[in-house]
Amino acid sequence: MIYPHSKTLLEKFNVRSFRPNFWLQCLFILLLALVIFGPIMNLLIWTVTESWYFPHALPSQWGFKYWQQVFNPYSDVSGSLFTSLLIAVLTVVVCMIVSIPAGYALSKRSMPLRVFWMLLFLIPQAFPNLTVYMNIARLFYDFGLNGTLLGVVIVHSVHGLMFSIWISVAAFSSTDPMLERASRNLGAGPFYTFFHIVLPQAAPGLIASCIFVFLESLDEFTGTFFVGSPNISTLPLLLYTASMEGNYQIASITALILLVPSILFMVIIHKFMKPEMLSKLGK
Amino acid sequence: MRQTTSRNLLKNHLWLIAPAALMVGIFFLYPLCFSLYSAITLDNGAFTLSHLHKAFELYSNDILFTIVIVLSSVVILAVLSVTIAALITLSPFRSLTKTLGFLYRLPLFIPFIVTAQMMRTFLAKNGLMNNAFVASGLLTPMDTVSFLGWSGIIITFVWKQLAFSTLLISGAMAALDDSQIRAARNLGASRLRILFQIILPQIIPTLGVAMVLSIVTMMSVLSVPLMIGTGSPTMMTADMAFRINSYGDYHVANALGLVSYCICAGLAWFYLRQNLKEKGAN
Repeated sequence: MIYPHSKTLLEKFNVRSFRPNFWLQCLFILLLALVIFGPIMNLLIWTVTESWYFPHALPSQWGFKYWQQVFNPYSDVSGSLFTSLLIAVLTVVVCMIVSIPAGYALSKRSMPLRVFWMLLFLIPQAFPNLTVYMNIARLFYDFGLNGTLLGVVIVHSVHGLMFSIWISVAAFSSTDPMLERASRNLGAGPFYTFFHIVLPQAAPGLIASCIFVFLESLDEFTGTFFVGSPNISTLPLLLYTASMEGNYQIASITALILLVPSILFMVIIHKFMKPEMLSKLGK
Repeated sequence: MRQTTSRNLLKNHLWLIAPAALMVGIFFLYPLCFSLYSAITLDNGAFTLSHLHKAFELYSNDILFTIVIVLSSVVILAVLSVTIAALITLSPFRSLTKTLGFLYRLPLFIPFIVTAQMMRTFLAKNGLMNNAFVASGLLTPMDTVSFLGWSGIIITFVWKQLAFSTLLISGAMAALDDSQIRAARNLGASRLRILFQIILPQIIPTLGVAMVLSIVTMMSVLSVPLMIGTGSPTMMTADMAFRINSYGDYHVANALGLVSYCICAGLAWFYLRQNLKEKGAN
């Protein structure tokens, strides 16, 4: 009874104080937008710059000269792009092969030591991993895995494993156990049931985890820096080398190639990903 | 009968987890233990503290630099992400909060190396930021300074991690019981007071998790100090890479790694202790 009355009072009270508040919040959002889009803008400008010297506020010469250089079939970039994509796809395959069974097993509440296993897969994210990478590189050196595709794929998979397992546990947990039991009761074998009943239900979550692992692998720098160099050149390594040589145009175009899938993914899952969901993750 | 089937099931399940567990064990836990072992032993396996001593002697400045950078980034990060999340939760202007909710998430999946490259050009002496200040008349071209260096590293870390920590914190705020906020508002509490006395105490655990995860991330990023830093002092990650690539000196590099674990563990412990204290007080 009192509620509507107090609400109108509140509104009346707010009408006066809202105006400056509203503009303050607008200003805050505007500043945030400038801070977020400023660096991205600068990157975009650098991709179409041919020369840009100190006192000029904007490039003195614009053009697509470097784009032709980058997308020349014989350039380093197309080679690195191919290597990066190959590594990312292989990493997704390895992660899925390993984490679909693990995710399925861990989605069962009756699993003994379930929390322990979940924490075990969290560990690669809970330690500063640079030290680990340099020791992996040293171990791989003994096995001749340094500078090979396999070595880099292994490093990326371990890094992506946490995401793929945690997301697939969530995906399998959301499947209906009754359907599984019904299928078994009707005489289907465990493998038939898994592939025809359980897997299709978990597919959306698994696809999300694939995309996640793919992006993580595409963007990985530190592990590739230690394990892959100098033989394997992925896009992040190429970006780093180009940037350190002061070749900002090539570096910016490479960065743009890496930027587009990450922003696209963000915009796509913006619709599905509510912050509230995160508080349920891992339960 | 029932016993055996459940035991079989259990065995099957362990078998399903085994490949993943083995992978983490061989390719993460083993190198991790190896780095700890290597940090405190000589080549013949005898225990020594000389590597740690050497690491402190050569790099104590950089260790301090790293701690200062990480702590200031985390403080800025906490303030900014709580502000954004609070605006989203408490602001009465739905259209504004929608824009804000979309905006802050944009950098979520942008990789560190791309962020570093953007900042390397954006914060430079003739980067877009300085040029914008000059164009708006705030600075003259001669007054501009390059932000590459410690401030650039902090800006890059905050820019990149803001999306992640805000996402976690606004998630925690959205999961709060709405009726408490409504009750407080009906009793006449201002929005600021609601934030500090009702929302913040309840989301402290999430805030802590977000900050600890951010600290671990910052302590393991190599590209940012290499691309934004000015060389000396620099962050420990850059020192470790240098130690290995130039000298092949794994012992001192691993000793530095041990120090970085200790810093992370120390900060995580601090957070846990605060958390326990609060629980004890209640």
